[in-house]
Amino acid sequence: MFWNEMKGKKTTPDLTFAAALDYAPSPETFPVTLKKRYELFIDGKFVAPKTGKYFASVNPATGKRHTLIAEAGKADLDAAVKSARRAFEKTWGPMAPSERGKYLFRIARLLQEKARELAVLETMDGGKPIRESRDFDLPLVAAHFFHHAGWADKLDYAFPGRKPAPIGVTAQVIPWNFPLLMAAWKIAPALACGNTVVLKPAETTSVTALHLAEIFQEAGLPPGAVNIITGAGETGTALVAHPGIDKVAFTGSTEVGKRIAAAVAGTKKRLTLELGGKAANLVFADAPLDEAVEGVINGIYFNQGHVCCAGSRLLVQEAIHDEFIARLGRRLRTLRVGDPLDKNTDVGAINSKEQLGRITSLIGSGIEEGAELHESSCALPGEGYWCRPCFFTGVTPAHRIAREEIFGPVLSVMTFRTPSEAVQKANDTCYGLSAGIWTDKGSRIFKIASQLKAGVIWANTYNQFDPASPFGGYKESGFGREGGRQGLAAYVKPG
Amino acid sequence: MNFSLQHPVPPVDQVGVEARAAFFTKRSLKNDAKRAGLRLAVSMMDLTTLEGADTKGKVSQLCRKARQPMPARYGCPPCGAVCVYPNLVAHAVKELEGSGIPVASVATGFPSGQYPLELRLADTRHAVGEGASEIDMVVSRGAFLEGDFVRVFDEIAAVKEACGEAHLKVIFETGELQTYDHVRFVSQLAIEAGADFIKTSTGKVAPAATLAVTLVMVETVRDYFLATGRRIGVKPAGGIRTAKEALQYLVMVKETAGDDWLTPDLFRFGASSLLLDVEMQIARMEEGRYQNAEYFAKG
Repeated sequence: MFWNEMKGKKTTPDLTFAAALDYAPSPETFPVTLKKRYELFIDGKFVAPKTGKYFASVNPATGKRHTLIAEAGKADLDAAVKSARRAFEKTWGPMAPSERGKYLFRIARLLQEKARELAVLETMDGGKPIRESRDFDLPLVAAHFFHHAGWADKLDYAFPGRKPAPIGVTAQVIPWNFPLLMAAWKIAPALACGNTVVLKPAETTSVTALHLAEIFQEAGLPPGAVNIITGAGETGTALVAHPGIDKVAFTGSTEVGKRIAAAVAGTKKRLTLELGGKAANLVFADAPLDEAVEGVINGIYFNQGHVCCAGSRLLVQEAIHDEFIARLGRRLRTLRVGDPLDKNTDVGAINSKEQLGRITSLIGSGIEEGAELHESSCALPGEGYWCRPCFFTGVTPAHRIAREEIFGPVLSVMTFRTPSEAVQKANDTCYGLSAGIWTDKGSRIFKIASQLKAGVIWANTYNQFDPASPFGGYKESGFGREGGRQGLAAYVKPG
Repeated sequence: MNFSLQHPVPPVDQVGVEARAAFFTKRSLKNDAKRAGLRLAVSMMDLTTLEGADTKGKVSQLCRKARQPMPARYGCPPCGAVCVYPNLVAHAVKELEGSGIPVASVATGFPSGQYPLELRLADTRHAVGEGASEIDMVVSRGAFLEGDFVRVFDEIAAVKEACGEAHLKVIFETGELQTYDHVRFVSQLAIEAGADFIKTSTGKVAPAATLAVTLVMVETVRDYFLATGRRIGVKPAGGIRTAKEALQYLVMVKETAGDDWLTPDLFRFGASSLLLDVEMQIARMEEGRYQNAEYFAKG
């Protein structure tokens, strides 16, 4: 193979990534104002919680509280569900589909107009680099509303002969890794199909969902079509269990997903789950190496690895293992970790103290179980929650870091000898959300892809998303799809 | 294909390499980083005139500009080199006497290279004899596309020999080779045949230099260095017109090959109109506002 001759050869020359042309700080300066506190959004209005309680929301890049979020109680939940029911029966449900589409188009345009402001808020509240919230999250958020706006009056063509009708009131519980994007993935198809929504954002990232509520107001969306209630896990549990709900859509951890599945069992509630993952990135010896390195880097360090479809297991063909690891190590040194608002930051802050603890403990297990840690040597800010991007070599399929979802910037590297071993190892997991294949050989891409048990498979690329493309998992990564015609299916029933 | 290189090349994925190149355009250079980058770009510039209408007068203007691109108060360094046709080398050498700025000459039947090898070698020896210390040769794209890699290799080796002490830059005309796989392969081939620098384009064919093509070349010299310890230079030429683009190239070099390549010894821009925009940006950084373009000498 290509790199055989370099194997075993000690190459002393090394690259220097130091001070030359050092980038000066380049903070995003678009002015935004966080409110002192955020209320619940019920029946088209911002209302104080009947509990009278608020909880702190922390900027993970500083570790300091930056605003207060209302804590919804049982009475608030009842009011939200009641409002959603009323809107479903009186306004949004009966509305002509072409009219519903107009609202969605209006929301999409407003999202584009306010994209910069929302990107800054998303970064402040969640810790992700501004480059990602600006270039990835917000454009996709708007794209999801545009895409589903177009579907609103064309559902008969998506489900020919089945007279699709809305389901009713949907409860949507979303995670903290892509707060606005997950809200868009859930709300846009629900509204396009004529359903109404009670949305519960994650405890650590409620801010942008409530700014999205302001956009709903500005767009004149009928009160009750979307309600947003905030709170911790118990609020989500209560929402899912509420008898006024017709459908539950959840994105988050497999552990919570299982509890939700148990809670709705025996009810008439419909359920879709988008859960965890432990995706394999398969790199064959004939892969375009530099591009594969980029794909692996993007696959695991994008959004600090807080990505359910993150390529957290690298399976590299033995013949190129040493060469590939050397390249990966050099690339790791050029990742810029730090202030998420700096436009040159590649890896931002870990979303919460709790998550940092979980990641740190799994890194500890990797070391304890004998894998070799390769860490970026970058300096970390003094305050806030940070984790150096890293990867482990010498990992075997039995290691905890090869089996458990870490949801952080930690990659586990394993090897394979033959295509069949690659497939066997890739499928050796309880998850099945995504996978990546890197090879210059087109026929191999199709052959391997057909054998992988994963919902989304990328070839010679990673983390590509489009509202027209369905996303969802096999096995414990959940069921149901989001995006595309397949995603609409979760929000309609035969009329 | 019956030609094998000492260091074979991995495939290049078009979509991936273009996405990676686009990534570098997202970097934001401010304040001191921008100041340093703009001056570095000037020091890397091969100020070029390659027209049938070139005269001694035109070359004199260019040499004057290369010696001192901007008024002294801006602290702008001289350009990296002046690049001319062989007929004007002697004049350029005279004009640049004492400045330390090298004269580069295109040679080997520039820009097509479609001449017998003896004539191309004679062209090279003539330019070196006139005082050129850098030779920008063109590879035989026809031979490369025919698959006659041995001929391409041997020609480069022969020109290298004809160069003697002069540095050899090998121009690929990537716009004619078209694929990134070709670029990666010809880069490796030229390096092993003796190139000191590898260069994208003549400036006579569109597309000329792009960030993605240059990235593939920088990755090749990086890998060659890691395997052998020998550093080869890279020169994108043609189509780079703005300071912003120049800075994007520097970002790409910094993050791909590292600090060691951020020197005129290992990275050059082949450009005729880029300097003006860089000057205007330097002036803006110092004065705090944009200056009228008419304040800057064009030749």
